[in-house]
Amino acid sequence: MSDVLRRWMAAVLAAAALCAGAVAAEAPTVADDPVLEAKVMAIAAELRCLVCQNQTIADSSAGLAVDLRNQVRDMLRQGQDRKQIVAYMTDRYGDFVLYRPPLKESTALLWFGPAALLLGGLAVLVWVLRRRNRLAPDQFELDESDSLPPRP
Amino acid sequence: MKSLKFLLPLLLFLGLALMLAAGLGRDPKEVPSPLIGKPAPAFTLTRLDDAQQSIKRDDLLGKVWMLNVWASWCVACREEHPLLVEFSRRKTVPVYGLNYKDARTDGLRWLAKFGNPYDASLFDNDGKVGIDFGVYGVPETFIIDKQGVIRFKHIGPVTETVLRERIEPLLKQLNV
Repeated sequence: MSDVLRRWMAAVLAAAALCAGAVAAEAPTVADDPVLEAKVMAIAAELRCLVCQNQTIADSSAGLAVDLRNQVRDMLRQGQDRKQIVAYMTDRYGDFVLYRPPLKESTALLWFGPAALLLGGLAVLVWVLRRRNRLAPDQFELDESDSLPPRP
Repeated sequence: MKSLKFLLPLLLFLGLALMLAAGLGRDPKEVPSPLIGKPAPAFTLTRLDDAQQSIKRDDLLGKVWMLNVWASWCVACREEHPLLVEFSRRKTVPVYGLNYKDARTDGLRWLAKFGNPYDASLFDNDGKVGIDFGVYGVPETFIIDKQGVIRFKHIGPVTETVLRERIEPLLKQLNV
């Protein structure tokens, strides 16, 4: 084995060891009780991680997500329910942490916007089709096949 | 009127484009805090430089103060640090630090190295007080009024513009 190759191998091994160390350090703490852990994860899956905004705190391994999962676990152990935990989170971080935002004035557009757009689109479609139905045949352009010269 | 009907799709498009352009200009990292206008959460924490002495929220009632969340592992904190040091020299308001998820020795070494703008730093080792303050990206800066109500929150490094255009006018308004 050449010297250069050996040095490369050593570097790769060192990097691998570092990565393994990093992963080990981030391993989340879990409750021994699988039922409790399932509850923790169910609630965590509805909460947005604020550090990495498009992940839930169940998916994220950011420091804050781990802390918030621990917080959820502690609160469940103290006998608090889902509603209380969600209230605890929104008191501190706002509705933004919820993947299912509550229905209120400021979120009405979010909830009803898509349906309103769909209905609007359908209304325009119906209007156009009905108008076209009333037009006399000579108002349409000829189809391509109609204008083709007769085949020999 | 009828002749202008063909402009309708263009107007709709322009409206949509304007809305989207406004959306692009916003920073999605800045989440509006529900804590503005609410009393600061209660806390009792030890001082970073003295594990025997603790400070609680109500000790600070009656004065306007600044809370700056920082950590020795936080790179962006270094960016705002010279400005904070300079601000604290002016003695406008007391500046308290919240040393967030840090080790005592690391925090103290960091202050020794870069300067200490804080009247005192509170040692929040497990980050629980940080969660109560809705902290999600260090550094964060709060202004708390005499009644203990949070009046302002800034996420990310304080810049000269933020200091001049947001914080100083607010302090003036609060009669400091």
